[in-house]
Amino acid sequence: MRSNNVLGIIFSNLHEDLIRELTAVRTTASVPFGGRYRMIDFPLSNMVNSGINKVGVITKHNYQSLMDHLGSGKSWDLSRNRKGLYILPPFGNNDSEFSSRIETLLAIESFFKRSTEEYVLLTDCHTVCNIDYQDVLSKHIQNNADITVIYKKGLLPEKLFKPAVYEVDSTGRVTTMLINPHNASEYNYGIDMTLIKKDLLMELLYECKSRNALDFKRDIIQSNVSKYNIFAYELKGFSATITSIVSYFKANMALMNSNIRKELFNSQNPIYTKVRDDMPTIYGLGSLCKNSLIANGCIIEGNVENSIIFRGVHIGKGTKVSNCVIMQDTQIGENSNLSYVISDKDVIIKNERSLMGYSSYPVYISKASVV
Amino acid sequence: MFPKQEVVAMLLAGGQGSRLGVLTKKLAKPAVPYGGKYRIIDFPLSNCINSGIEAVGVLTQYQPLVLNEYIGNGQPWDLDSMNSGVQVLSPYQQINGADWYSGTANAIYQNMNYIERYSPDYVVILSGDHIYKMDYSKMIDFHKSNNADCTVAVIDVPLEEASRFGILNTKDDGSIYEFEEKPKNPKSTKASMGIYVFSWNKLRKYLTEDAENPNSSNDFGKDILPTMLNKGERMFAYEFEGYWKDVGTIESLWESNMDLLDPKVTLNLRDESWKIYSRNPVMPPHYVSSDAKIQNSLIADGCNVYGEIDFSILFSGVNVAKGAVVRDSIIMPGATIEEGAVVQYAIVSENAVIGKNAVVGARPESIVDKGEWGIAVIGDNIHIGNSVIVAPKAMIDKDIEGEV
Repeated sequence: MRSNNVLGIIFSNLHEDLIRELTAVRTTASVPFGGRYRMIDFPLSNMVNSGINKVGVITKHNYQSLMDHLGSGKSWDLSRNRKGLYILPPFGNNDSEFSSRIETLLAIESFFKRSTEEYVLLTDCHTVCNIDYQDVLSKHIQNNADITVIYKKGLLPEKLFKPAVYEVDSTGRVTTMLINPHNASEYNYGIDMTLIKKDLLMELLYECKSRNALDFKRDIIQSNVSKYNIFAYELKGFSATITSIVSYFKANMALMNSNIRKELFNSQNPIYTKVRDDMPTIYGLGSLCKNSLIANGCIIEGNVENSIIFRGVHIGKGTKVSNCVIMQDTQIGENSNLSYVISDKDVIIKNERSLMGYSSYPVYISKASVV
Repeated sequence: MFPKQEVVAMLLAGGQGSRLGVLTKKLAKPAVPYGGKYRIIDFPLSNCINSGIEAVGVLTQYQPLVLNEYIGNGQPWDLDSMNSGVQVLSPYQQINGADWYSGTANAIYQNMNYIERYSPDYVVILSGDHIYKMDYSKMIDFHKSNNADCTVAVIDVPLEEASRFGILNTKDDGSIYEFEEKPKNPKSTKASMGIYVFSWNKLRKYLTEDAENPNSSNDFGKDILPTMLNKGERMFAYEFEGYWKDVGTIESLWESNMDLLDPKVTLNLRDESWKIYSRNPVMPPHYVSSDAKIQNSLIADGCNVYGEIDFSILFSGVNVAKGAVVRDSIIMPGATIEEGAVVQYAIVSENAVIGKNAVVGARPESIVDKGEWGIAVIGDNIHIGNSVIVAPKAMIDKDIEGEV
């Protein structure tokens, strides 16, 4: 039995500036990842696996690919009579071009009011992980917390936008919260996942609006550290927060580790995605494949090494692909050579092309380009 | 009252498929896995929806659990409309008692009320044991243009093989004048594919009469079609061209799978205009390690390949350990081949485990007496112990303990 009293809210557009190449034609939520997924598959699947059956996805622009991916929510079991998936684009003529998290949440005030859930779980789409939100909720209730923030322990990911770091006492309660800490050292850094009672969230939102205080981290969390019971929940195990094209590349490559795959694609809590009905991948005579993750629907006739190959990719004879992320339906001709390349969807690379990047600077080829 | 459907398809899926041995011990033949991710029934169901047929009755009888679960509400094939879609029809108790389906015609006869709901003009009868892609709407057009009462799909087979099939002898206009079941001296090479289009008013009449005939075996091929021919109904042969294979035996199932690895074979499952739909497992892409060697094979999502794969088909979630060798074989979902094991010319069923250094099957050239050779089959959830040797042609339905 899986169901609880939590409403899920996913912010689909935030952090786009960090990976501008990949988000030119899509939201952060719909960035392809790991051979067959989109970033939003992780928060959505985590929510569904944790018993959250009502999820609102907030989006404000570039959301065609997101809508296409989510459809009715069927692939996540969110196409339901009761509850289910709600896509929340800008609406009404005021506040429609909201820019802050607080304004965005105020703009869906009516969605909150119509929902009967007691708690709200807010999350962004830039972290890949397999997390049990039911456990977060149990600890939240056990701690008698007003707000629970989820954090990772370690060095701050490079370029993380306005990172929030927490000092936590032995009970797990947040004693101090810093935003943009000065020193480079190990921190308990927030990954933009917050659990809060819905009524408290609404109250804080109205209060912030009346004070024109529109920074979620500063005005809702930081300024309330002493006033409310704010607890921190540590996300242990594998996670990857995508803050740049290099960290995107590294997070994909991390999937070559079988322990990470077992953890992230745990069969008890699987990661769901849109179904495509591709046939299995065909390996031709003379193909060579080493240390790679390859999705269904591909034809591999050349050499593939240390690479992630998405659905429907064709790699021609004599072509060598190493250390690459090749997104869905890319067609690579014969006798080409690709190294450290991130190729977006529907790219065509003709015969005898050579593209070389470096681990700290992978070459990016934009959607539907012809090389 | 249901909106009218011009065509209703009835898919005969109740057969045991006893020639598939352990593969159909716990599931009906149409639910047997095929081609790395499909089940046989995906082909007729996908053909239906791609042909525009939206009402499909599936007649089940033998071991229906896996099949029922797989078909579910029909959503993967878009057969889940409000007033139509796929409907599983199992034998049921009636006011005068209960009967199993006594034959193919009887199965349809007992479910005439399902067909009548849609007031169709035509009924298509299909079977769940063939691999092929076919546009039934073209056959229905052919049926209409001939003003036929019954149309039987036929495929040209080599003359030397014709005596294995039901052969139709036709006049120049394509009309049928004779049926011959497995003739010793075939007059034609037109083999029946087991696909029939009937005008519903005629079929209803003959099914009702057949049910009243105590001497009938209630079978389409043996009873309904010959009776209609004798009564002078308009019966035509519709010639189909393309890939079509009966997968009713271990050898033909193995061959048909291997056909997917042969670029000369015309069965294209990547064709966007005629997709074969299936239920998709929720699994990550497959992983190929630095130690793996893969040649001319088909590999599905969720596999972990550390060994050598040659001319083989791996379904979803198969694990092949380092040093293991899989050649000319079919490994069904969730099976595990442990270190150093060698699997050749074999079918390994779902979730079976082949222990370390075990040897399953053999290459035909390594066997002196060709009569001893054949595809080795390991049943589902069977555990083959370490270093055990499974002979070619063996069919294993019990665990075999090996070295500890």
